[in-house]
Amino acid sequence: MEKITTFSGRVVPLPNNDVDTDQIIPARFLKTTDKSGLASNLFYDWRYDAQGAPRPDFVLNQPESQGAAFLLAGHNFGCGSSREHAPWALQGFGFRAVISTEFADIFQNNSLKNGFLPLVVDPSVHRNLFELIRQNPQAELSVDLGAQTLTLPDGRAITFPIDPFSRTCLLNGVDELGYLLRHEDAIRSYEFAHA
Amino acid sequence: MKPRTLFEKLWETHVVAEEPDSPSVVYIDLHLVHEVTSPQAFSELRQRGLKVRQPQKTVATVDHSIPTTDRSLPLTDALAAKQIEQLSTNARDFGIRLYDLHNAQQGIVHIIGPELGITQPGMTIVCGDSHTSTHGAFGSLAFGIGTSEVGHVLATQCLLQRRPKTFNVRVEGKLAPGVTAKDIILALIARIGVGGGTGHVIEYSGSAIRGTSMEGRMTICNMSIEGGARAGMIAPDDTTFEYLAGREFAPKEAAWDAAVTRWRQLPGDEGARFDRTLDLDADKLEPMITYGTNPGMGLSITARVPDPDDITDASGKAALTKALAYMNLTPGKSLLGHPLDVVFIGSCTNARMSDLRLAAGLLKGKHVARNLRVLVVPGSQQIKRQAEGEGLDEVFRAAGAEWREAGCSMCIAMNGDEVGAGEYCVSTSNRNFEGRQGKGARTFLASPLTAAASAINGYVTDARTMVN
Ligand code: SF4
Repeated sequence: MEKITTFSGRVVPLPNNDVDTDQIIPARFLKTTDKSGLASNLFYDWRYDAQGAPRPDFVLNQPESQGAAFLLAGHNFGCGSSREHAPWALQGFGFRAVISTEFADIFQNNSLKNGFLPLVVDPSVHRNLFELIRQNPQAELSVDLGAQTLTLPDGRAITFPIDPFSRTCLLNGVDELGYLLRHEDAIRSYEFAHA
Repeated sequence: MKPRTLFEKLWETHVVAEEPDSPSVVYIDLHLVHEVTSPQAFSELRQRGLKVRQPQKTVATVDHSIPTTDRSLPLTDALAAKQIEQLSTNARDFGIRLYDLHNAQQGIVHIIGPELGITQPGMTIVCGDSHTSTHGAFGSLAFGIGTSEVGHVLATQCLLQRRPKTFNVRVEGKLAPGVTAKDIILALIARIGVGGGTGHVIEYSGSAIRGTSMEGRMTICNMSIEGGARAGMIAPDDTTFEYLAGREFAPKEAAWDAAVTRWRQLPGDEGARFDRTLDLDADKLEPMITYGTNPGMGLSITARVPDPDDITDASGKAALTKALAYMNLTPGKSLLGHPLDVVFIGSCTNARMSDLRLAAGLLKGKHVARNLRVLVVPGSQQIKRQAEGEGLDEVFRAAGAEWREAGCSMCIAMNGDEVGAGEYCVSTSNRNFEGRQGKGARTFLASPLTAAASAINGYVTDARTMVN
């Protein structure tokens, strides 16, 4: 896995609350045996009309959304189905992080395992961010994973929480399966004791 | 020793290793696999040259993308066919037992685990599917995982997990006639919201839970995830053991007695503490129905759809406005009498024998409303046969409903069984998200009783007006 240390980029605001993984990537696009190719169907039912033409008013279809690194979502993002296709699709589109006040457990786990950062900010920062992006859609945020900070366009650096283990894995480009495989002895003795 | 909850007992006996600052390495006793969330995990194993560590603790079935029509016909959906084929290749290559499309025991993964007696008290159970929480009804710790984690469990039989918090939901009292287990869980989610249980494992307790059958308990645990909880669980008791006794993979004879003795130790100790508790009064519950686009947007069937103008929080107001616009509903109006296009009776929430019997009880000798499409999809092939043995299929067919083969069907609409854009469906499934049952589909989640009563009238109906 690729190491993550710092990155920065523009922000796509999507103020909806409780965005579920069926919205992020509808189930009918899960008939794949691959991880790639999902980005074109990201938020499909919000992004395209009945004829499959892009809806110009949907934020992902606006020119300034292209190449953005952050999705700024409403409260409680990623509930519902366990599909890892959700972070795969977001990542495929180019996002590297999603910002909300709370994430569903499985979505959060799935994201971290793919080097996609679910960034929790408190409600006042969250409101503030929407306001900053409204004033300047071109504004950039930057993440320093080592320092656990999110730097806002006005220069303020906000600390975000992240599981220390996931953080170490991401900083060093180590994947969790490798970590688990190193516990072979412990697993074997557990199995022996519980056989 | 400090009194422990059911969860704590399970957690502590399954921790393989713990290092400072790291999540625990937790052993998994049973790994269920289905076609949609596993292919990329098997690819990962191949790329790394890894084997499945415990093929005998891994069980696969197909359910999500399969047709529920005549199984002797070839699959028409090439993508689904490829996914199904991929699972059989993976099962063969890695030595995993697979209940495939033509297996007499095939069914929805969360239905066949318990039905075959594979799901047992005290186990840790995972599946690349959020409704794995269903299995917690047996006093197991069961939760959904993503595809990366499916790979972890295949390769190591372990998962990295942070210890979740505990949440006790006590449901005391007795359900009134016409009120079911589905209404308990819909009421809880309406109360706590879709994020209310985030980071927690719920343990359901109280007289109303004790008085509920295993099938009802599964319905309740199934939708724990809809309240944001990782898992839901219920302490095993005689009801649990009676359900399991004699099932194909349940222990037999002396091993059974030993298992029951062990299982009796699982319920939480007197005085064990939870991080959080909540009480629900079963006596006061009414049939529940959802009006919005997440399972937390639910109300008593006699209540009125809330008004965004009554909500002060701006984002909450926006969310309700958006949901009502999608559903095309008027605030302040009751859903009773709302016309329907489709009724779906099925899914891992409500497609077991007791659900089908409840629905058939109302539909017997009646006919569903004209121009209404009614789909009844049993949760497994075994349930299908048993229902046919009891003549329920005849009741459904005579009433004008479609009687299908087992699968997820219109719960997730991956297989062509879908609700049309703008159409309204009363569904016994678990999710009413936008587009969940088909692009533009509008879902009202409810119990099998509400679904059957509404099917007869062609509009949302309080089943209590039909049962005596
Ligand atoms: S019936 Fe629905 S919720 Fe249950 S496993 Fe299938 S798709 Fe998921």
